Amino acid sequence: MSDHALETRGLSVFYGDTEAVRSITLTIPSRQVVAFIGPSGCGKSTFLRAFNRMNDLIPSARVTGEVLFRGLNLYDPAIDPVEVRRRIGMVFQKPNPFPKSIFDNVAFGLRINGFQGKLADKVEESLQQAALWDEVKDRLNDNALGLSGGQQQRLCIARALAVEPEIILMDEPASALDPIATGRIEDLIRELREKYTIVIVTHNMQQAARVSDLTAFLYVGELIEYGETEQLFTNPRQERTEQYITGRFG
Amino acid sequence: MKFTEAPVESAVSNRVAKSRDQPDLTPQRNRRLVEGSINGVLFLCGLISVLTTVGIVVVLVTESAGFFREVPIVEFLTGTRWSPMYSDQHFGILPLLNGTLMIAFGSSLIALPIGLGSAIYLSEYASENVRKRVKPALEVLAGIPTVVYGYFALTFITPIIRTVFPGTGIFNAASGAIVVGIMIIPMVSSLSEDALSAVPRSLRAAAYGIGATKFEVVTRVVVPASLSGVAASFILAISRAIGETMAVTLAAGATPRMTLSFLESIQTMTAYIVQVSLGETPHGTLEYRTIFAVGLVLFVITLLMNLLSQQITRRFREQYE
Amino acid sequence: MSAERFNPRLVARRRNGTIFKWACFAATIFGIVMLAILLVDVTSDGLRWLSIDFLTRYPSRIPARAGIKSAILGTLWMMGLTAAISFPLGVGAAIYLEEYAPGNWFTRLLQTNIANLAGVPSIVYGILGLAVFVRFFGFQRSVLAGAATLSLLVLPVVIIASQEAIRAVPRSLREGAYGLGATRWQMIRHQVLPVAMPGILTGTILSLSRAIGETAPLIMIGALTFIAFAPTSPMSPFTVLPIQIFNWASRPQADFHGLAAAAIVVLLVILLAMNATAILLRNKLRKQL
Repeated sequence: MSDHALETRGLSVFYGDTEAVRSITLTIPSRQVVAFIGPSGCGKSTFLRAFNRMNDLIPSARVTGEVLFRGLNLYDPAIDPVEVRRRIGMVFQKPNPFPKSIFDNVAFGLRINGFQGKLADKVEESLQQAALWDEVKDRLNDNALGLSGGQQQRLCIARALAVEPEIILMDEPASALDPIATGRIEDLIRELREKYTIVIVTHNMQQAARVSDLTAFLYVGELIEYGETEQLFTNPRQERTEQYITGRFG
Repeated sequence: MKFTEAPVESAVSNRVAKSRDQPDLTPQRNRRLVEGSINGVLFLCGLISVLTTVGIVVVLVTESAGFFREVPIVEFLTGTRWSPMYSDQHFGILPLLNGTLMIAFGSSLIALPIGLGSAIYLSEYASENVRKRVKPALEVLAGIPTVVYGYFALTFITPIIRTVFPGTGIFNAASGAIVVGIMIIPMVSSLSEDALSAVPRSLRAAAYGIGATKFEVVTRVVVPASLSGVAASFILAISRAIGETMAVTLAAGATPRMTLSFLESIQTMTAYIVQVSLGETPHGTLEYRTIFAVGLVLFVITLLMNLLSQQITRRFREQYE
Repeated sequence: MSAERFNPRLVARRRNGTIFKWACFAATIFGIVMLAILLVDVTSDGLRWLSIDFLTRYPSRIPARAGIKSAILGTLWMMGLTAAISFPLGVGAAIYLEEYAPGNWFTRLLQTNIANLAGVPSIVYGILGLAVFVRFFGFQRSVLAGAATLSLLVLPVVIIASQEAIRAVPRSLREGAYGLGATRWQMIRHQVLPVAMPGILTGTILSLSRAIGETAPLIMIGALTFIAFAPTSPMSPFTVLPIQIFNWASRPQADFHGLAAAAIVVLLVILLAMNATAILLRNKLRKQL
């Protein structure tokens, strides 16, 4: 049980009448990086957002099936999504720092969740983990919007790390960044794997191959194949998978 | 959407006339004249607004100049007694300013929190149906003539105040302030709501993603991010309250005095101007000129506030990217 | 995990959230409730005094015999003249700003100026009207002076609303007209204005409905509070409904308050009719497109 971070059973997500995610069952092991790949519109982002109940924010969204985290079904009515989201953090496609200072961005989650320790220490620790500390340590009170795109994204990662999640979900975290910034994010993901479980959605297959331990291929809302990254990319078992990774569609 | 100078006139009519020669594509003189005069007429229409502003400034300044030849500016701006119509004349504007500011302050106490609260509810909590019905209803509040508010203050609000606080005069600042506050709620609500709605969804998603409740998303992310728009709406509303006339004339009184008590009768700058106009003060006298001196102060204050509001909007517009 | 280092206090946060939400809801309802109270109060005070006689009699010092005939007629005259002055000027200025004006500093100045004028207190317009129309042009305390003053007051609103309506006309329409060899004015007159007219008219009617309720500027230019005759020409003295209301409301006797309330009801009905017309007009003309 302790080497499963997250497990979905028959998870489906509906937008109105459209079934965007079709009854997917899979297991995310702890302290590994799992990548979701697939052509655009295949439901990988929707699937990802089901893990931290972000789909709740969309009025027409409906979820059936289970998402098990530490033995609890996250969609049980007794579970508070606010508490879920502290333990399962998220980084978005386009960096979205708050229009506040760098310090306040990282401290935001700490303040609302009633952090008991010293704020400044925790902020520094998070920025160190996100490999951003050296670049901003002298200007913590500057507005976060003055940072470059890559820096902003690492700030968002620091912000997520500050509340000590177990799992970090990343929805195409580097697609809005230049190649150098992308490389730094990928390095960061490899470092973070030692302490956190990471699930990353990406449309870039090379990135998935570089960064992840396991890869899941989704197509039109269904899970087609899921396995060790190296194996999936060199010797896929499903024909659809092979077609996708060789670029025949998507 | 403007194009640069209009393309050349239609060549159709010319083609018929000159069959073998080159077609005449030069602009026809008649058309040119018509276009030019239309341009001129329309320009004059636009100029009217400039003339209006110039007129306001010229009238206020020249008449006030006549006033200040007899009353020193310092006495005007710092004196605490205003009694131009009495034999013991004093021309200190502070009591009138005091009255105006009391109304502005009192009405802000009501309109700013309630207006902002409405804006937050309509922008962040209400469903589309509710919003569609409630917004127009609030706009009706803004469309009611101010003299009606004056009547309401005098005949409904004041008796209630006098029951709760016995000893309050028939004319009192509170009544005027309450009613002006109600009057400007839609202004605060509508403009603040625009500012709140403009905050991008990605910022809200970021806050939810860290485990914030809706309350925290609204109060710690959305409202702070839209602060400049909200501030601009506040300033505009206060400016409106300062310029308000009929409600305070009817309900707040005609006694200029330096007081901080809302239960007493006061007089605002606007109410004073009305009072003089209703009277029989002869034109060209010093007493008559007080209209313009007070009017000038009023104009300058509201102009500065409106400019400030525009500046705030302009300067802090792109603060999300 | 280090969940012990956080004290999420979820119950308290949720409770605060609920309180906050209901506070905001109460704020929203407050305005609507006040509106309802105001309307009920005015109607209940004034209903007694409303009658055909009320509408057709002139004011009198005896409440039982007083009416608003002169005020209604004065209001109609005022509205008609104000519309006649402000509509062409306002639409003309809007056309100029949107179609003819070069994008230079002067145009920007014009635009800012108009925005500022919209925020000037109405009583300042009254002072302007007093000095310019009543005295300088010598119109005296006439309907014309009043209409000219109110026209200046509503002009910024008419211009801004008309500009928006003109701006909303799609570019493709203009390009089509130019492509056939139309002059600028022809394009505007035959393509842009017809399409923009519903918006322009709506904006004008709404500005006029604001002008109807204006009291302070008209007091300034000397609209008298006791007029027992109808205006016969633009140079006649006059009174309007809001001034009559103000007059009666200022008197201490309760009977006159009742009269004021009745006059308010009439004024509100007129306003309602104007706004309804504006909205119907906009919907109807939109459908025709």
